[in-house]
Amino acid sequence: MTATYELSHLDLLEAEAVHIFREVAATTERPALLFSGGKDSVVMLHVAAKAFWPAPVPFPVMHVDTGENFDEVIAFRDETVQRLDLQLIVSRVQDDIDAGRVVEETGPHASRNRLQTTSLLRGITENQFGAVFGGARRDEEKARAKERVFSFRDEWGQWDPRNQRPELWSLYNGRHRKGEHIRVFPLSNWTELDIWTYIRDERISLPPLYYAHRREVVERDGMLLANTRFLTLLDGDKPYEATVRFRTVGDATCTGCVESTAATADAVVTEVAAARVTERGATRADDRISEAGMEDRKKEGYF
Amino acid sequence: MAQLLRIATAGSVDDGKSTLIGRLLYDSKAIFEDQLSAVELTSRARGADVPDLSLLTDGLRAEREQGITIDVAYRYFATPRRKFIIADTPGHIQYTRNMVTGASTAHVALILIDARNGVLEQSRRHAFLASLLGIPHLVVCVNKMDLVEFSAQRFDEIRDDFRRFAMKLEVADLSFVPISALGGDNVVQRSAAMPWYEGTSLLHHLEEVHVASDRNLIDARFPVQYVIRPQQANNGDLHDFRGYAGTISGGVFKPGDDVTVLPSGFTTTVASVWGPGGKRIDEAFAGQAVTLQLTDQIDIGRGDLICRPANRPHTGQDIDAMVCWLSSEATLTPGARYTIQHTTRSTRALVKQLDYRLDINTLHRDETAQSLSLNEIGRIQLRTHQPLHFDPYRRNRETGSFILIDEATNSTVAAGMISRPTQHEPNVVWHSGAVSRGERATRGLTVWLTGLSGSGKSSVAVEVERRLVASGRPAYLLDGDNLRHGLNTGLGFSAEDRAENVRRVGEVAKLMADAGVVSVVSLVSPYRADRDRVRAAHDEAGLPFVEVFVDTPLEICEARDPKGMYAKARAGEITGFTGVDDPYEAPQSPDLLLRPEDGDVSAQATLVLTLLERLEA
Repeated sequence: MTATYELSHLDLLEAEAVHIFREVAATTERPALLFSGGKDSVVMLHVAAKAFWPAPVPFPVMHVDTGENFDEVIAFRDETVQRLDLQLIVSRVQDDIDAGRVVEETGPHASRNRLQTTSLLRGITENQFGAVFGGARRDEEKARAKERVFSFRDEWGQWDPRNQRPELWSLYNGRHRKGEHIRVFPLSNWTELDIWTYIRDERISLPPLYYAHRREVVERDGMLLANTRFLTLLDGDKPYEATVRFRTVGDATCTGCVESTAATADAVVTEVAAARVTERGATRADDRISEAGMEDRKKEGYF
Repeated sequence: MAQLLRIATAGSVDDGKSTLIGRLLYDSKAIFEDQLSAVELTSRARGADVPDLSLLTDGLRAEREQGITIDVAYRYFATPRRKFIIADTPGHIQYTRNMVTGASTAHVALILIDARNGVLEQSRRHAFLASLLGIPHLVVCVNKMDLVEFSAQRFDEIRDDFRRFAMKLEVADLSFVPISALGGDNVVQRSAAMPWYEGTSLLHHLEEVHVASDRNLIDARFPVQYVIRPQQANNGDLHDFRGYAGTISGGVFKPGDDVTVLPSGFTTTVASVWGPGGKRIDEAFAGQAVTLQLTDQIDIGRGDLICRPANRPHTGQDIDAMVCWLSSEATLTPGARYTIQHTTRSTRALVKQLDYRLDINTLHRDETAQSLSLNEIGRIQLRTHQPLHFDPYRRNRETGSFILIDEATNSTVAAGMISRPTQHEPNVVWHSGAVSRGERATRGLTVWLTGLSGSGKSSVAVEVERRLVASGRPAYLLDGDNLRHGLNTGLGFSAEDRAENVRRVGEVAKLMADAGVVSVVSLVSPYRADRDRVRAAHDEAGLPFVEVFVDTPLEICEARDPKGMYAKARAGEITGFTGVDDPYEAPQSPDLLLRPEDGDVSAQATLVLTLLERLEA
């Protein structure tokens, strides 16, 4: 009779995410999960697999491939999809460039990051997805802190932050007309530390980039960028080797790494708990555009 | 193990709400250097001397431009004891719909009051909304104490003023903290500037506030969300697996539990309980997302509800509810039809009647109102197409809440909190020369608690009587032992005497019920036939009779032995003692079964009262 009937906060966050997955699977036609091989999407997929046990995950995964991803991440993506016996749909930015739907940026700071929106929306339309799971978290960025768990997108894929659906209790309204869709964020209430603690506790495997390793880097605007085949070296860039790890993994052109010796999930948890700079502030050039950089991109239909 | 606490704040920049949140985040080291330097940069660009911490929480361009909070933002911070989620919601009346979004799941509401201004209309509105949404803990932060010279007298004035207003609300736990968010006084650390304040700092209070008992762990409720059927031909073990997935809305479920599935009413038992990923669970409780396997193959689908046979929710199509109207485009008017989403069930609903609109500043009920528009709150009667299985919102936020969805636009247009099943007005029929039951001020009935000596019948009966009387309802306890001193003096414990004892008590109960009183009877009444005769007499008189079986195992009764009777019976000092050397015939189908696992006396009394509410629906 000493049962306290209490859950730890991570168990509660997992329960909330499981509830959201099941709700979408039960009520929405043609859902899909956005899977990039990044840690948040890996955790999201892990929770999805747990939500439907012992049945397989009842929806496909989609990757928006800029063509400028780290090789290790693509390899990890393919292994994971095979292990869980999932259907993988890849929507390639290169296809949109080739078809003239988007024009590639030029210059030394060129990135395909913003072009992804077109490929993402094309993938959703072509496959008629009614709901798309994303791994975005509210603690990442101030515009994301404002977004609902079930976030309505109109027929243009746009988010209207001034007119979001009220979202009360655990009653989620995913109704939409054909051509519209819902972005669903099961990890909305997780923080970076929660993600890492969960990765540690659940022994979830990640692409090796997330752990400390030796690599050649270039310092730019106070950020360390990996010297890969996608990076155009500028005059004055002096590549050097350092022990680093990535806190976020996106496009190789705009994702920075940090100096770190954290080689295990345990060590990363310790490091993240003591971190004094946000993961996106430390490592994402794409968020440094302006104060409203994320809000503007999200309105266009970005992740 | 760090617990999760959800906090809702309401207010505008003027109250210092953002400064307070900024202070909590900053002092608990949840603000990062890059966030702070971005805020400093923007603040300087606007000519401010100190960093404007509200820039941290107001995430939308329009909010920063206008200097107001428009929509709810979520913020996260942690101490070694707890993880906190702050839903930072707007305070302006025109954004009430966004405030209720953030407040619907909160454990604690923080209300900010500017010490210079005292309790304003806005503070009262926020407190009312927190109470309406059933947030159990309200913490009033009297802010800007530095601007009133840290005056104890000023704090007391505001506290007393707020308490007078809060007495009209349903707030379980109300506390007050004098703070200065700007200087950090009493926010994280106790302030030396207010030695007269004997309480703890705000953060310490938030770390300590007891929320575990806010959940309903008594009424087992499991709305079926999704049916898991792997049907993989290559896996023989799983081919026949059929699991019912969902999140427990109330109570506890464990293997071996008898359960009833609604609406079919089929009763079976829980075979296994699985956590996410196939973790076997011995005992699952409210808040957990699980998968249940049942022993019988029954047709069960999304929208069904699994509960315990003797503790069912209300089932019905006519519902009284408070609603907050959330649409700027349409109004709520009687006769309108919507989709209603309640737990995992969706059906259509017709607004039959608008009982009144509530002025959320004065709590005045306008019964002449014809419609509700954006941000207005009122009470309505709904009729649903399919029956819903629900509890009052006060009893369970999950099974007592719903949303209405406009079928043309798919928008969420209303948030609803169920008060109770619609009460139908009794038909008043005049009998010449006599007062009819319908004309009496109150309706009576008999609640008959039967069970072994020491089962706790009398304790529950006392509590039921106390609460009925407290709620303004005439009720009277007829206790078997006490009646033997008067009405039943001279009767012994032979079968005949017991029968006569039960008959007399039954007749008295019936008379009192007829007079409009709730007779609460606590009597061992061991023989089924005697009790059935009392029920029949009530049926004949057209009076409700509720049989409650207090099913406490003999071992427990004997261990309690409050009057030392079991000891005497075992020692042979008395004979014919029920349960020892005289039989107890348990009811075959009691209206309610109370077992020790249903909780303490108070919890058991609640079950009785819930049943009465349901019967009278």
